[in-house]
Amino acid sequence: MTDPLSEAIARVHHEEWARVVAGLARRFGDLDVAEEAAAEAFAAAVERWPRDGIPPNPGGWLVTTATRRAIDRLRRESRRDAKHEAALMLHDDTPAEPKGPVEDDRLRLVFTCCHPALAMEARVALTLRMLGGLSVADIARAFLVQKTTMAQRITRAKGKIRAASIPYRVPSAADVRERLAGVLAVLYLVFNEGYLAGAGEDPVRVDLSDEAIRLTRLLRTLLPQDREVAGLLALMLLTDARRPARFSGTGELVTLAEQDRGAWDAELVGEGLAIVRERAVVVATGGERPGRYQLLAAISAVHTGAPSAGDTDWAQVVSLYDRLLDLDPSPIVRLNRAVAVAETDGPEAGLAEVEAIADRLDGYHPLHATRADLLRRLGRAREARAAYDRAIGLTGNVAEKTYLARRRDETR
Amino acid sequence: MPRYLLSVFGPVERQPFGPYPSKEAMLEAFADTGAFNDRLEREGRLVFADGLDPGSTATTVDAQGERPVLTDGPYLETKECLGGFWVIEAADLDEALALAAEGSRACRGTVEVRPFQSEESVRALLES
Repeated sequence: MTDPLSEAIARVHHEEWARVVAGLARRFGDLDVAEEAAAEAFAAAVERWPRDGIPPNPGGWLVTTATRRAIDRLRRESRRDAKHEAALMLHDDTPAEPKGPVEDDRLRLVFTCCHPALAMEARVALTLRMLGGLSVADIARAFLVQKTTMAQRITRAKGKIRAASIPYRVPSAADVRERLAGVLAVLYLVFNEGYLAGAGEDPVRVDLSDEAIRLTRLLRTLLPQDREVAGLLALMLLTDARRPARFSGTGELVTLAEQDRGAWDAELVGEGLAIVRERAVVVATGGERPGRYQLLAAISAVHTGAPSAGDTDWAQVVSLYDRLLDLDPSPIVRLNRAVAVAETDGPEAGLAEVEAIADRLDGYHPLHATRADLLRRLGRAREARAAYDRAIGLTGNVAEKTYLARRRDETR
Repeated sequence: MPRYLLSVFGPVERQPFGPYPSKEAMLEAFADTGAFNDRLEREGRLVFADGLDPGSTATTVDAQGERPVLTDGPYLETKECLGGFWVIEAADLDEALALAAEGSRACRGTVEVRPFQSEESVRALLES
């Protein structure tokens, strides 16, 4: 699969899949037809391009081929309905010319796949299939469910879109911000599922983080002025940049404080920081106040900018968390803020903040891991070990279990 | 145009003023719901709307066997049941959801939005 031709076909698939599906979906008003025809067109490409060579305009070739397949299918289905066929023919030559980024069919597709009337897991699956072009088998494997279960989930979601007339359009200006927040939540969930892998250690697991970054990049090309799209992309890039340093040679999780900063991906760091700076300039020049993802990216940028963990500007981190709390007063934000407070005001102050939210996050393993670390630093070894045990029991991630178990055993 | 059923659910056992805490609250909800209905009608979206008597007045009939079996009470044994509904026409789900939100505010109840079968979906059913 590494010959230049296969690579070229894979690249075309990455670049053109969403565009082909989105264009067909608009033209035929049916996601099922669009998805199937796009899949057939790509299958035809895999079969014919090695023989005939890659066409000069691969995207155009795919759209033409897929459109023909879609019309064939609709003709087959409506053979008994002459009027329906006539109607179809009338629409046969509608131009598929986007009128600018906001009119881009892919943006419509994003909002349809991430519609709030769909369950979160359905939105994630649809987005990865319709926009990401991942196969149903790959999505199923990534989320550790049976292929038939995932296929049903996608079919049911498409069925609801059709039956309930979920629209295929970019929401009105009044709704777009709230709806976009829902889209970003889907992408962030996909990213985190790849990055923090709740369970399982499947070597053929699809790289969900890469896919989430790719889709967020696409969204940024469609909505270049949006602060939160920029913020989420920067956050993902800065987080992903640390991936090479996150696991030790023995597969143990390495915390941010202990990571080899030289191993971070400098290119991703540079790109992420550039976006954070760009948005900071907008804020500084009287533009929109920062949003949630923008603040998270800024916090990540403070960590990334420090030459060593000891050089981190913790006061700056605390003040960014304060602003985040104004937007999102959730106990999880308070927990993260407590970690920074432990650095500025000492572990005792951090622990007090953690205890204040402990009962609300009792089932959340990072709470117990943070509590354990603070108790250890305060020399309360027995309580620290008990907290490590709680955290180990609650996490499904093997690398994290290994790290926490070592920490527990070292705490005497 | 797609047609949707907007159903309002409420307690099976009703208080003196239905699901409302007081007579004033009840009259207010009636007035708001009436205004909402008028608007639906003016905009040509209203197919039908009405409230139902309490679930305790329902009779359930099952005639799939030899002779009809009658049961006192609603079909589902739950604490909440259908209390009233609208049948509306809307361009798409977003429009239906926005109207459902207004209806929910007006009648002080939770509203379920459900599309009616379309000609297309019935045909798909017949051809399956």
